[in-house]
Amino acid sequence: MTRTDLEFKYSSSVELPLTGRTVAEKILGRAANTPEAKAGDVLEVEPDLVMSHENTFLVNKTLEELEIGKPWDPEKVVVVLDHRSPANSVQTAAVHSKIRELVRRMGISKFYDVGEGICHQLLVEQKLARPGQLVLGSDSHTTTIGAVGAFGAGIGATDMAGVWATGKTWLKVPETLRVTMSGHLQRAVFPKDIALYLISKLGPSGADYMCVEFDGIFLFDISISGRMVLCNMAAEMGAKAAIAPVDSTFGAWSPECAPENGRACVSDPDAKFRDSIELVAEDIRPMVAGPHKVEAGKSVDEFEDIHIDQAFIGSCTNGRLEDLIAASWVLKGNKVAQGCRLLVAPASRAVLNDALDMGVIQTILAAGGVILPPGCGPCLGAHEGVLGPGEVCISSSNRNFKGRMGSEEAEIYLASPATVAASAIEGKIADPRRWLKIDL
Amino acid sequence: MISEGRVWTFGDEINTDLIIPGRYLDNYDPSHLAKHAMEGASREFAAGVRPGDIIVAGRNFGCGSSREQAVTALKSAGVSAVVAKSFARIFYRNAINLGMPVLESQEAQSSFSDGDRAVIDLDLGCLSSMDGLKKTYLKEVPPNAKKILASGGLVPYLRQKTDGQRKTQ
Ligand code: SF4
Repeated sequence: MTRTDLEFKYSSSVELPLTGRTVAEKILGRAANTPEAKAGDVLEVEPDLVMSHENTFLVNKTLEELEIGKPWDPEKVVVVLDHRSPANSVQTAAVHSKIRELVRRMGISKFYDVGEGICHQLLVEQKLARPGQLVLGSDSHTTTIGAVGAFGAGIGATDMAGVWATGKTWLKVPETLRVTMSGHLQRAVFPKDIALYLISKLGPSGADYMCVEFDGIFLFDISISGRMVLCNMAAEMGAKAAIAPVDSTFGAWSPECAPENGRACVSDPDAKFRDSIELVAEDIRPMVAGPHKVEAGKSVDEFEDIHIDQAFIGSCTNGRLEDLIAASWVLKGNKVAQGCRLLVAPASRAVLNDALDMGVIQTILAAGGVILPPGCGPCLGAHEGVLGPGEVCISSSNRNFKGRMGSEEAEIYLASPATVAASAIEGKIADPRRWLKIDL
Repeated sequence: MISEGRVWTFGDEINTDLIIPGRYLDNYDPSHLAKHAMEGASREFAAGVRPGDIIVAGRNFGCGSSREQAVTALKSAGVSAVVAKSFARIFYRNAINLGMPVLESQEAQSSFSDGDRAVIDLDLGCLSSMDGLKKTYLKEVPPNAKKILASGGLVPYLRQKTDGQRKTQ
């Protein structure tokens, strides 16, 4: 039995016929006004919401080439300055100014300036993305918003300009890979560990072009924040989108956004999936992946004693309140090792405020951590916390590609915020369970 | 549509951080991007690539970020087409939208070597060496992508469409 069968609170009281369709088929079919859409169909869709960050600059350049003055529907456009924010160079500052000018001129009200947070975080936290919606973002981690039952796919800037110009684009309806999990997670195993474990099994193209649907009883224990981690990391499996069910966890998190017709946001029990994988919770340990390959994930003890220079907690993967709290459990009463730096970038202003209220920021500062402004921060190697040649970083973000965070001669390991915090204390990759006083 | 040039071979999982690292992205000038094309994967590429050259690679080419500059960097460096075992979907769309042919072939990477002079005939759907000794067939481009490619990219394609609309009005 799936979680959705067990606990589905928002389906209408009328029993609807089963149509054998996945949630991806339902959402894209609705967006294309083709209710019968099936995986493999190429549809012309109209998104409910679109999002761009600094690459709004490129979107606009193409729009100008098309001689079009503003988006088809400015109400449906979200613009966020998060990637190089505050500006890292004169060039970026000019790009930011240009974007501010054009959102004013075009009447785009959903604009988030420097310091508000990371685009994917804001789409969820500000309740911009809603269950059942089709959301396109000019960023590969738009899959993240699947945590609230929306279909989020990444596209490029020219593609986005086409959407701004016409309100439409083409999308192929993806097949669905269903991921469930049996058993009970061990203590100090977090959603990031599940994601790294899953990618180590599937590989970086294991879900190419597919929609990864997380389902099953295991989601009972996973918050919206945790679901964002899973859906975010689906991009590293090649997925086009990822999605979690709109269930009572969602209802408790946001009663006002609960859909009228819940059936539109979940797969039918008789839907056809390309494949189903069942993970065994007991097999998953705190994980570390790296360097250079996200799929190079193994249990943390296989990496212990690797010296680190920098530890980073943040990004659209793991920069939320839950993540900072987990890090603070580890850091409380401890100090970052000599010669190692701990950088923490909350995913949004709201996260930073809540973490301040809870004393979490104070704990991080007392341990010797550095707090960066909300935004992408060191994740993409454009500013703040760039790595030098030969340096080693452990990061809670989603990519450890060569050169990603600065020098090509640097090495990046990925892990959960708790593991990153434990590693900062020891100055080498470390098992968080030691610091959480959990018996191994 | 025909492209002709020398072959540059690459392995699997050539991601966008290898094609154009994030630290170069604050300058949108295509010639600046071209100077750093493939920097993470090859030291020789940016200086050695010539107009028309063809990239032949393995699985999941272009995985990683949605940055369209990955295509712009290759295109403005002179790359006329990329042939790979498979492509990451956003890179694939970006390439089509910017009018750069991206073609799937399971065999090309093992049969072609660096420096081979080769030609791609899109209508025949094949990649062959100029000396005629090597030839592989390329998977057919989906019809909607083909239309956009034939127009030279999404911008000219949309322009044609809107021009057509204007004319029929
Ligand atoms: S935090 Fe990193 S992965 Fe997420 S949107 Fe920003 S740059 Fe991309």
